[in-house]
Amino acid sequence: MSTLKINRLVKYKLLLFLFILSVWLVPCTPAQTPEASRQGSGLLAIVNVRIVPVVGQEIPSGTILVERGKIKALGSHLEIPTGARIIEARGLTAYPGMIDGYSSLGLVEISGEPATVDNRETGRINPQVKAIEALKYDSMHIPIARSNGIVAAVVSPTGGLISGQSTLIKLDGWTNREMVIKESLALVVELPGLRGGRRGFMGMGPSQAAVSTERALSELKELFQKARMYEIRREQAEKNMLWPRPDFDEVSHCLLPVVKGELPVIFSVQGDRDILQTIRFVQEQKIKAIFYGVHQGFKVAEEIKKAGIPCIIGSLYDQPPVWEDGYDSLFLNPVLLNKAGVKIAFSSSSSSAAKDLPYHAAKAAAFGLDRLEALKAVTIYPAEIFGVDKIMGSLEAGKLANIVLADGDLLELGTRIEKVFIEGREVDLSNRYTELLEKFRKREKEK
Amino acid sequence: MKKLTRASIFILGLTLMLACSANWLLAAGNLLIKNATILPVTGPPIAGGDVLVIDGIIKQIGRNLAAPPGTRIIEASGRYLIPGIIDTHTHLALSGTNEGTEAITPEVNMAEVINPDDPAIFTALSGGVTMVHTMHGSANVIGGVNVVLKMKWGQPSEKLVVKEAYPTLKFALGENVKQSNRTLLPGRPQRYPATRMGANAIIRRELLRARDYLAEWDRYEKLRNSKNPPPNLLPPKKDLRLETLADLLRGKLYARCHAYVATEMVEFLNLAREFGFKVAALEHAWEAYKITDELLAAGVGISVFIDSWAYKMEAAEGIAYNASYCTQRGILVSINSDSSERVRRLFNEAGKAVKYGLTPDEALKMITINAARQLGVERLVGSIEVGKQADLALFNEHPMSAYTRCDLTIIEGEVYFDREQLIKERQATSAAKGGN
Repeated sequence: MSTLKINRLVKYKLLLFLFILSVWLVPCTPAQTPEASRQGSGLLAIVNVRIVPVVGQEIPSGTILVERGKIKALGSHLEIPTGARIIEARGLTAYPGMIDGYSSLGLVEISGEPATVDNRETGRINPQVKAIEALKYDSMHIPIARSNGIVAAVVSPTGGLISGQSTLIKLDGWTNREMVIKESLALVVELPGLRGGRRGFMGMGPSQAAVSTERALSELKELFQKARMYEIRREQAEKNMLWPRPDFDEVSHCLLPVVKGELPVIFSVQGDRDILQTIRFVQEQKIKAIFYGVHQGFKVAEEIKKAGIPCIIGSLYDQPPVWEDGYDSLFLNPVLLNKAGVKIAFSSSSSSAAKDLPYHAAKAAAFGLDRLEALKAVTIYPAEIFGVDKIMGSLEAGKLANIVLADGDLLELGTRIEKVFIEGREVDLSNRYTELLEKFRKREKEK
Repeated sequence: MKKLTRASIFILGLTLMLACSANWLLAAGNLLIKNATILPVTGPPIAGGDVLVIDGIIKQIGRNLAAPPGTRIIEASGRYLIPGIIDTHTHLALSGTNEGTEAITPEVNMAEVINPDDPAIFTALSGGVTMVHTMHGSANVIGGVNVVLKMKWGQPSEKLVVKEAYPTLKFALGENVKQSNRTLLPGRPQRYPATRMGANAIIRRELLRARDYLAEWDRYEKLRNSKNPPPNLLPPKKDLRLETLADLLRGKLYARCHAYVATEMVEFLNLAREFGFKVAALEHAWEAYKITDELLAAGVGISVFIDSWAYKMEAAEGIAYNASYCTQRGILVSINSDSSERVRRLFNEAGKAVKYGLTPDEALKMITINAARQLGVERLVGSIEVGKQADLALFNEHPMSAYTRCDLTIIEGEVYFDREQLIKERQATSAAKGGN
C-alpha cells in the first residue's frame, strides 16, 4: 500500500515535472520554428509561377526550389522534393530582388529633424566615417522599401569633398551587422554639381560653397599623394629601427585602401567636362571608380565607356541642371549611356523615397530605355557594379534566394508585391504604412 | 491737317487693335484629334475616338469625325487622350511666395506677382499640366490670396489667370508657422505664434477683429441707406488686412489651409464652423486618414502628396494609403505637387495610388476632375466633355502606368507642348551646330 502510494507520488511528481517542462518548453517551440526558417535551412518550392530571371530565358510557368537560403534549381518541369514548403504562386511573377544603387536608408529617418539624421559629418574630408557604423537597422523606411521589392541597397554618407565610406546591405537583419553584404563598399567623393553652391531650404539644412572640380581633384591628388608617402614612411620605419615612425595621420590611414586600388571610389560627378577630368584623374591615380549622378553623362558617353567606369544614375526626380540640355535630359541620360554600352544602375538617392527605385527605371524606359535593360539596371547591373553578381542580382541556381513575387510588372506603379524572400527567408511585409492604416481603420470598424 | 493726323492716328490705332484681336481670334484653337483612346474621366473610355475642338471648346466627341477645312489634325492612334492635368497646390509662376515677416498678411495677393516667364510653366506643360492653383507659402498663419493660372507659356500674366476659379485665401498651421525648424539668429526675437495653440488663437483673434470690422461697415451702410442718414455720418476706416478677412466671413473667399496633424485639422474645421467661413480644401493633410469622419461631416476635401513624407516631424505619419483610403471613405481628394519639379510627374504620383487601393480611373480623377472641383472650375475643365474648354494631354501609354510619357499638351485648343516638334527643333539646332 505504502509502496503503491510512493509509486503514485513518484508518478505524480513525474507528471508534474513533465507538465512544468512542457509549460516551460511550449513557448519556445514556436520561437524555434521561425528561427530555423530564418536560417533558411528548410526546403522551399515556389510553384506555378512566371519566372523572369533577368539573366536567361523567361519561364511562363515553373518552379523555383530554394534550399539553405540559395536557389537550388528553377525550371518549368521540376520535381518537388518531399517535405518542401510549397508556395502556390499562380498569377504571380518571380523577379530577383532589386538593389538600390545609392541611398541614405538607415542614416536618414526624418530629414528635417537633425536628431534623426546621420549621413552628413561636419567638415570636408571624412574618409574615416563609415555608413555601416551608424546604420539604423530598424529604420521605418527599410520595411517600406522591402515591401516594394527592394532587397539590398548601397547606403552612402554625403557632404564635403570626401563624405565617408558607403556600405552595401541586405534589407533584413536584427542588427546593423546582420545586414552587411559589403561592410566598406566604396569611398564617397562628392565633386561640385552643375548648379554650383547649394543653399539650405528655407534657412534649414546645410549649405555648400561652390568649388571648381579642378580644384577639388587637385586637392584629392594631394591627399592621395600624402597617403602614399605616409605608407612609404611607415614601411621604412618598420624595416629600420632607427627610422622615426610618422605621426598617426587618420586621413592618410583611411585613404590607403583607395590608393592601393583595394577600395573603389564613388565619384559624385555631374557635368560633362567634370566627368572627363575625373576620368583622367582615375586613370592617373590608378584607382577603381564608380560614377554617381552623372547628369551630363550622355554628352561624354563614349569616353565613359572607353574608361570602363560604371555609372549609378542619380535620382530622376530632379530638374535638368542645364536648361539648354532639354527638359528631358535627365530621362534620356540613362537611355543614351546604356546605348553607348556604359554599365548603368538606378538609385533612389533617398531613404524616405527609396521605395521608388523601380519607378526611376520605368521613367527611363518611358523615354526609350529597353524594358529588360531597365529591369537589369535595378538587379544584375548593380550587382555587377558592386562585385556581388556571383551571389545576387538574378534568379539562377546557386545564387542567394532573393526572390520577389509580384502581381504584375515589377517596375509598374500599380503592382503589388505579394511576397519577398531574402536569402530564402520570407520577410515581413508589414510596415509603417500598413500598421497606421490598420490602426485607424479600426475606428471605422468600431461603428 | 491737325484733324487728318488725329484721324490717321485713330485709324492706325484701330487697325492695330483689330490686328491684335484678329491675331487673338486666330489663336483660339481649332483641332481634330483622331483615333485616340479617350479617357474622359467622367465617362467610360472611348477606344479609337476623335475629339473635335472649335474655338478652344470641345465641340464633338465620337468616331470618324470630320473637321472644317484647314483644321489641324493630330493622329493619336495607340495613344491616350486625357483632360489637362490640374495641380491644386503649387508656388510656380510667382515672383514671390512668402510674405513671412509677420504672422498675418491677408492683404497680399499672388495675382499681383505673377511671373509668366517662369520656366516651371513649361516644366508643368511637359507633364500634361494645363492649370495650377499657385499659392502663397506657408511661412505664416494667414498668408495671402491665391490665384489659379492656365499654363499658357509665352502669354502675358493677365491671359493666364482663370477668373472663374474660387478666390482662395491661404492659411497655414504647424511646424512652418511655429518656425520650429528655424535657427533663431542672435538678437532676433521668436515670432508669435510659436505653438499650435498660438496659431489657432491668432486666427481666432483676427477673425473676431474682422467680425467687428464687418459689423462697423454694416452699421454704416444701414445708416447711410436709411431714410434720414445722420448729417455727420463718417465711414469706418478702411483696413485692407481686415477687408480680406471680412470677405472670408462674407463668403466671398474660400479658405485653403496647410495642415498636417489630425488635431490642427480638427481645430481648423471647428474655427470654420465657429465663424461660418468656407473651406475649399485642406493642404497636405497627412493625417487625414485619422479623421475621415470629421472631414466627411464638414464636407471638406484634401489636396495631398501621394507619398512624399518624413521630411519633418509632422510628416512622419504620412502614409501612402492616405489618398486612397480617404477616397474610399468618400472624401474629395486631389494630388498636388507643391513643387516646380514634381509638377511634371504628377501623373506618376497619382498612378501610385493604384498600388494603395484605387482603380486607375479613380487615380486619374485625383489630378483632373477632383482637382477642378476643389478649384470651383469643374464646369469648365477637368474632363473631356462637349462644351468644356479643350485643355487636353496626350500620353503614349496609359497615364497611370510607370512607362508613360506626355507627348502633347493642349490648352483651349492650342498646342503648348509638342514633344515631336521639340525633338525636330533639337535635331535642327544640333545639325546647325555641326552635329553633336
